[in-house]
Amino acid sequence: MTLKGRSCANPQLLMHTPEHIKDRILAAFPGARLEVIPNGSPATQPSLLLHHGLAREIAAFLRDDPELRFDYASNATGVDWPEKIVREKVKVRKIIDGVEQDVLELVERKIPGFLEAVYHLYSMALGHGPLILRLRTGNRTDHVTLPSLTPVWRSCEFQEREIFDLFGITFEGHPDLRRILMWDNYADHPMRKDYAPVGEGEGQS
Amino acid sequence: MLGLGILRGLIETWRNFQGSYYDPARLTTVQYPEEKLTPRENARTIPFLVYDGDDPIAGLRCTACSICAVECPAHCIEIVKDPVKKPDYLGKMQFHPRVFDIDMAVCMECGVCAEVCPFDSIKMDRVFELSSGDRRMVLQKSDLAKSNDYFRHIHPVEAAAVDASRAGEQRKMQAKKDASPVPVAS
Amino acid sequence: MPPHLKAAGSDVAQASPPAGSGSVPLPSVLYAPGAGDFAGHDLLEIAMGPHHPSTHGVFRMNVVLDGETVVKLTPVFGYLHRNHEKIAEKNSYLASIPYTDRLDYICSMTNNWAYVLSVEKLAGLAVPERAEYLRVIVGELTRLQNHACLVGFLLQDMGALGTPMMYAFREREKILDLFESLSGSRMMCNYMRFGGCRCDLPAGWLEQAVKVVAEFDSFLDHFEALLNENEILRARSQGVGVLPRDLAVNAGVTGPCLRASGVNYDLRKVDQYGIYNRFKFRVPLGQHGDVFDRYMMRILEMRESIGILGQARHDIPAGPFVDPKFKLRNLRPKPGEAYGRVESPKGELGFYLISDGGPAPYRYRVRPPSLINLTVLEDMCLGHTIADVVIILGSIDIVLGEVDR
Repeated sequence: MTLKGRSCANPQLLMHTPEHIKDRILAAFPGARLEVIPNGSPATQPSLLLHHGLAREIAAFLRDDPELRFDYASNATGVDWPEKIVREKVKVRKIIDGVEQDVLELVERKIPGFLEAVYHLYSMALGHGPLILRLRTGNRTDHVTLPSLTPVWRSCEFQEREIFDLFGITFEGHPDLRRILMWDNYADHPMRKDYAPVGEGEGQS
Repeated sequence: MLGLGILRGLIETWRNFQGSYYDPARLTTVQYPEEKLTPRENARTIPFLVYDGDDPIAGLRCTACSICAVECPAHCIEIVKDPVKKPDYLGKMQFHPRVFDIDMAVCMECGVCAEVCPFDSIKMDRVFELSSGDRRMVLQKSDLAKSNDYFRHIHPVEAAAVDASRAGEQRKMQAKKDASPVPVAS
Repeated sequence: MPPHLKAAGSDVAQASPPAGSGSVPLPSVLYAPGAGDFAGHDLLEIAMGPHHPSTHGVFRMNVVLDGETVVKLTPVFGYLHRNHEKIAEKNSYLASIPYTDRLDYICSMTNNWAYVLSVEKLAGLAVPERAEYLRVIVGELTRLQNHACLVGFLLQDMGALGTPMMYAFREREKILDLFESLSGSRMMCNYMRFGGCRCDLPAGWLEQAVKVVAEFDSFLDHFEALLNENEILRARSQGVGVLPRDLAVNAGVTGPCLRASGVNYDLRKVDQYGIYNRFKFRVPLGQHGDVFDRYMMRILEMRESIGILGQARHDIPAGPFVDPKFKLRNLRPKPGEAYGRVESPKGELGFYLISDGGPAPYRYRVRPPSLINLTVLEDMCLGHTIADVVIILGSIDIVLGEVDR
């Protein structure tokens, strides 16, 4: 048994920004598609969106790269983003009474829905973090497969099972993908925004 | 020697065994219901409604604003406003509830209702001996209304603070009335 | 070999189900992959739990045994699933605080703290100094009573028939009495608020707390004398349930289980959330990662917590217990997200919140340390006897309220 006091180095110095990490990943995987998603809250924890073609290889790189060493996946969670209809006033050039004018027209735009898996990565070896990774599915109906990161970080094992159970994202490459909280023959995904409980439901709101 | 650790442990159990005959630190069991623990000032169980004076209807502080029902995490409070107003402790005409039901089977005794009430009218009670022969878990206004004397008895510090602030409000209002008297119609 | 055992070898649930399907049928017997040829051996599959006195809640383990040796172990839970995350999407931010009490129901104060920390990050709220000290005091008291409870239960699982548990619970009751006089409730405290705490210390509370902590310190001396050298404890726990260091890090194990395997990662030192940078305390580390090390971790952490409490008691300033500008109702943080985490007595408890500008969170996620620590339960139990499974599970320290939410 040993007792160690660890004086933590200033986290600001150790924090790698997502832009820096994105550049490092692109240096190792030139074909990768990455995007930095900003964060509106005062927490200032922006995230890195990975298009899932090379996600598992990039994850292994993040874990093994000597400067990054993200050896600890703290949290893996799912988010449901249903389809949104956005109404905007757009300037359109129109001819009215023979004169070309700029007119504001109400235009409806559909933003397609998708499911998202969000991972929070930290480095126990080097003490920095978090790096927030996002993987998005094609839609919410038939393109709901994402590569599993369990082969890279074992901590995702139960959490990806939970995302599969509650959101319906199928993780390809997961060693044991089955429901974890709901019973095995359950047929729905409760954490989706359009989930409506059948049967008794609740008496009050 | 093998067994020395167990022997050291047995010294501890012997200490406890001896001490259970005379040492107050060992005699921690309270022989309920013949003996009861001293209730604590802040302890909370189910909510109750406070009324001033003797009349639980006229003196009820609740103005049916429904803030407690909105903020309740378990959504167990149901309030129906009575359209007829009655005067409060400052003489101002306020609504009051015709129906005020709390479903105690759902209530999780968290105290958020008491915390958000702007009128000091719903507070947390301390009763826990609630066994009864019937299964009526929805408490109505008549069950919930308890007097301010009871509130002072169970939470003396909090009740004194509430009384002081209400008395202060009454004094301020009286001072305003005295400073600008209503002119008598000629 | 019975026919159903032979047939089951082919439908082990390894393949991913087709996209969009609901669930995969569970085979009746599960084989450890690469476990070797068991032809001629009779394997016994038993379900330990969910009604079981030693599984620390409604928790089930499907254990496949060769004689008494564990060949495969599959944890099954979800019996206490209360869809806490979905409820939080419909309730205001304030209304979720009493629900967080009920996650890890032994340590309600640190649950509250993790949640309000995340909301404060999301909404950019500041916390006054006195409130930070109050949080540290109740947080460390929570750690003391949780570790006392855990060591008591662990020894109970080892067969000590309740004696260490009763001694530990006697001290724990004093801490719970302190919580009752402060927050109103022994365990479901609902004490923290965004920007501080719900109320200030009542008169005489701090003196009473000092007395309780001093008694706890001397209790720990006697407790260690009772247990540390005990040959039965050592024989049952040393070398049992070894968790290798690399597996612990990769599997996301946190808290005393991780530090027992020798990894120096304590969020109070790494993140230094709140005002933990002002306190001098050491982080105990283990060398073997077995059950005995995990037990000793709790004892040593209790000692360190007592040190922190002494420092907090001396340094706590006067001042407001909550940010005076903050109003209680109707918090609507700007759209964005935040992940806040604390070192709860079980491990890293994190809350991931996404706000869409409305009164309720768009996504509310609890990162439960008990669930993630269970990832390695099978690895630790393979090759041990079934009696050891109970002890290994006890040493991880799980609370089903947190595992299932």
